[in-house]
Amino acid sequence: MTATIGHASVIAALLLAVWGIIAPVIGSRPGRERFYASTRAAIMGQFFLVTLASLSLIYGLVTTDFSIKYVAFNTTRATPIYYRVTGLWGALEGSLLLWEWILIIFSGLVAWIYKERHRELMPWVLMIFSIVSAFFLVVLGFVSNPFESVFPVPADGRGLNPLLEDANMMTHPPLLYTGFVGLAVPYAFAMAALIRGKLDEAWIVTTRRWTLTAWFFLTMGNLVGAYWSYHVLGWGGYWAWDPVENAAFMPWLPATAFLHSVQVQERRRMLKVWNLSLIIIAFSLTIFGTFLTRSGILSSIHAFSSGPVGTVFLVFLAIVLLGSFGLLAYRADHLKGQPELDSMVSRESAFLLNNVVLVSALFTIFLGTIFPLISEAVAGVQVSVGAPYFNSVTVPLFLLLVFLMGVGPMIAWRKASWDNLRRNFLWPSVASLLFALLLFGWNVRDFFPLLGFTLLAFVVLTILFDTALAVRARHRIAGEGIFSALATLARKNQRRYGGFIVHLGVVLITMGIAGSMGYSVEREATLRTGESLSLGRYRILFQGLKGSQQPTHFRVEGAFRVFNKGEDLGILSPALKFFPAQQSPVGRAVYRSNISDDLYLILSGFSELKENQATLKILVRPMVMWMWVGGLVIFLGTIVAVWPFRQKGRGWRIED
Amino acid sequence: MRIARSSIVNSQSSRETMAWRRIIITLAVLLPLIGILAYGFTRDPRYINSPLIGRPAAPFAVTLFDGKKLTLDDLKGKTVFLNFWASWCPPCRAEARDLEAAWQTFKDGDVLFLGIDIQDTDEDARAYLKEFNVTYPNGRDLSGKVAVDYGVWGIPETFFIDPQGQITYKHVGSLGSALITAKLDEARRGIVSAKEGKGAYQAVR
Repeated sequence: MTATIGHASVIAALLLAVWGIIAPVIGSRPGRERFYASTRAAIMGQFFLVTLASLSLIYGLVTTDFSIKYVAFNTTRATPIYYRVTGLWGALEGSLLLWEWILIIFSGLVAWIYKERHRELMPWVLMIFSIVSAFFLVVLGFVSNPFESVFPVPADGRGLNPLLEDANMMTHPPLLYTGFVGLAVPYAFAMAALIRGKLDEAWIVTTRRWTLTAWFFLTMGNLVGAYWSYHVLGWGGYWAWDPVENAAFMPWLPATAFLHSVQVQERRRMLKVWNLSLIIIAFSLTIFGTFLTRSGILSSIHAFSSGPVGTVFLVFLAIVLLGSFGLLAYRADHLKGQPELDSMVSRESAFLLNNVVLVSALFTIFLGTIFPLISEAVAGVQVSVGAPYFNSVTVPLFLLLVFLMGVGPMIAWRKASWDNLRRNFLWPSVASLLFALLLFGWNVRDFFPLLGFTLLAFVVLTILFDTALAVRARHRIAGEGIFSALATLARKNQRRYGGFIVHLGVVLITMGIAGSMGYSVEREATLRTGESLSLGRYRILFQGLKGSQQPTHFRVEGAFRVFNKGEDLGILSPALKFFPAQQSPVGRAVYRSNISDDLYLILSGFSELKENQATLKILVRPMVMWMWVGGLVIFLGTIVAVWPFRQKGRGWRIED
Repeated sequence: MRIARSSIVNSQSSRETMAWRRIIITLAVLLPLIGILAYGFTRDPRYINSPLIGRPAAPFAVTLFDGKKLTLDDLKGKTVFLNFWASWCPPCRAEARDLEAAWQTFKDGDVLFLGIDIQDTDEDARAYLKEFNVTYPNGRDLSGKVAVDYGVWGIPETFFIDPQGQITYKHVGSLGSALITAKLDEARRGIVSAKEGKGAYQAVR
């Protein structure tokens, strides 16, 4: 019954989506404008039906209705209720349904918020949403149907992959999908503007907050993914340049570029074609990312099983790319007449350079990701490029980006005067050079870390300096104290100060990455009870092993007492978990974080329980914690940037 | 007047040519990209032409569910149908009845069916055998060694071994009864297949 309701809703929603595609075309004929109105109804109807379908699947999962194949594969009777719910995105079919659900929620929100505005664009915006939605509904209805039944009904289900039974299962996939799907909003507006030939800045201004919100979710999705990998997979790392990690990261690059370059278009009416291209690329990459995860064309730990769904995705990706860029090429005439750059030393050129760097990084990562395919097509041998390639190419690019992050927000539009440069950059530059000397004195002498930390200091200093000047000005004019002056500044210029805070978050993340990339140390040894292993200022004393039967697995735990320069920090217990149906055990690493470094313990093996002998791997990874703090700071900055503050006498201002 | 008009027409047609040129450039960039992704489907990143086909089968010893021991040497002189499965694997369930039916057909000849259960619990495996009324010998690969020796990565996975102990065919995924008959016949005559076959399978964990 549940399955029937779910499947029927998907099919009905598909019919509405098809109507949502046809209606604006009919409505564009004279005298048939009333058809425009029905595009909105088509979206609202899909919203209702897809929500019903999603709730049906959740209901099936929660009530362990094993007559549904998807439920039988992804839950067991013993699965706790929250992992039953997260089973919605535990495998291919359900995660596609979640994707569609988020898409249609976004579409519904857009249709609702802009009910009275953008009358000319909206039918076409909603048509783009219906096209994307129709594609996902076709997949859900006919290619990988989450409501497929299984007969005979099994007595118990198979359960989630144990690696997925983790608290981050609740955050990482939904955050990432929200980020991916959120990019559909600026994309839909961009396409509508292209279709209608209304190529002013309206679509950019309207979608500003949507883009920033999508960017935020994308950032968080990636960061939480890194955190998950760090604390669950037990190899001490957070990023492996795995194809699917790259697929999740790649849309972030053009989205970031877009966030910056639209400001140039808003101010200077430049870069029109470029901005449209960026958003098309960003949206296509979200489809590409999903395609990569589901098609099985590249090996990855994230890959779902392969099947016909990959082909369907490729066809859709081709339609999106050819349709969007074809339209752009066709309309390019209307996009001319942009002024030239006034000066190479200006905010426009800083943003432009930022874009060039981000797109180069994207190109590099894209090439590295599909390199196995290219090499096989050309040379007949599959060659993968690994982390060394990605690191050596992207590190310099990202350092340049950090530098631009310090320059961009402070340099003047059009043409920076000497006065502007001196006022904003003289003291921060001097101070960061002093900081570099200080680092050098502290034995930070490798080129990249030294350069990296100096640039990070430069960014922080330019931001603090600029804010301090502004606060002083307000203090003089309005007599405000420091905190009320900060609050006023942030409220009056949300984008600028929100952006500053986000930049500080990025600085913290970069600091964590630089510290842990440059200065990690590790050691591995086999210990008997009572023996200890030292690394840096830590000494780890092995106190014994303990085995215990858990509800779903057998767990072997080691007790290790940690000393920091002789001070007893208590016991850490890394474990190995043996799941009955798994060949190799799943490790549970443990770590102790503090502001300067993480101590990370991995139990990599043990002899028979009685002998009390264990192989322990310890890693000391500096500054990893700052990455997660940086995530929180970005969250804060995004809130400052998008929060709809009440403006005096104007009521709530949601969007323009 | 005439001049002005023709220049308008000209500029319009040149604008159209420009638009076409841009569309062609767009296609020239995008089509190879889509092409290379499509090429990805013509191959499976995990697909390796099985190095096992045409080679002597790796020796193994398994304990059967009835407690008897069985080694590869015991099977010399017989055509062996060696099938790896697990109770949690849906494609295995899908082919289970076909396998038993084929066994009923061939068991009187010089053919032996042997099932090896991997990554499973004793209880689940016995329930599975009972559910599908499996009568041919089955054992469990407790240490996972046999599965490793045979490079099993997706089950059901089936090896056809000729009476001389040579692997003649390997199939990943479920088999149909027609294929079973054909490949058993080839194995009996020692005909080695060129490639391994593939059907619906479940990746081993």
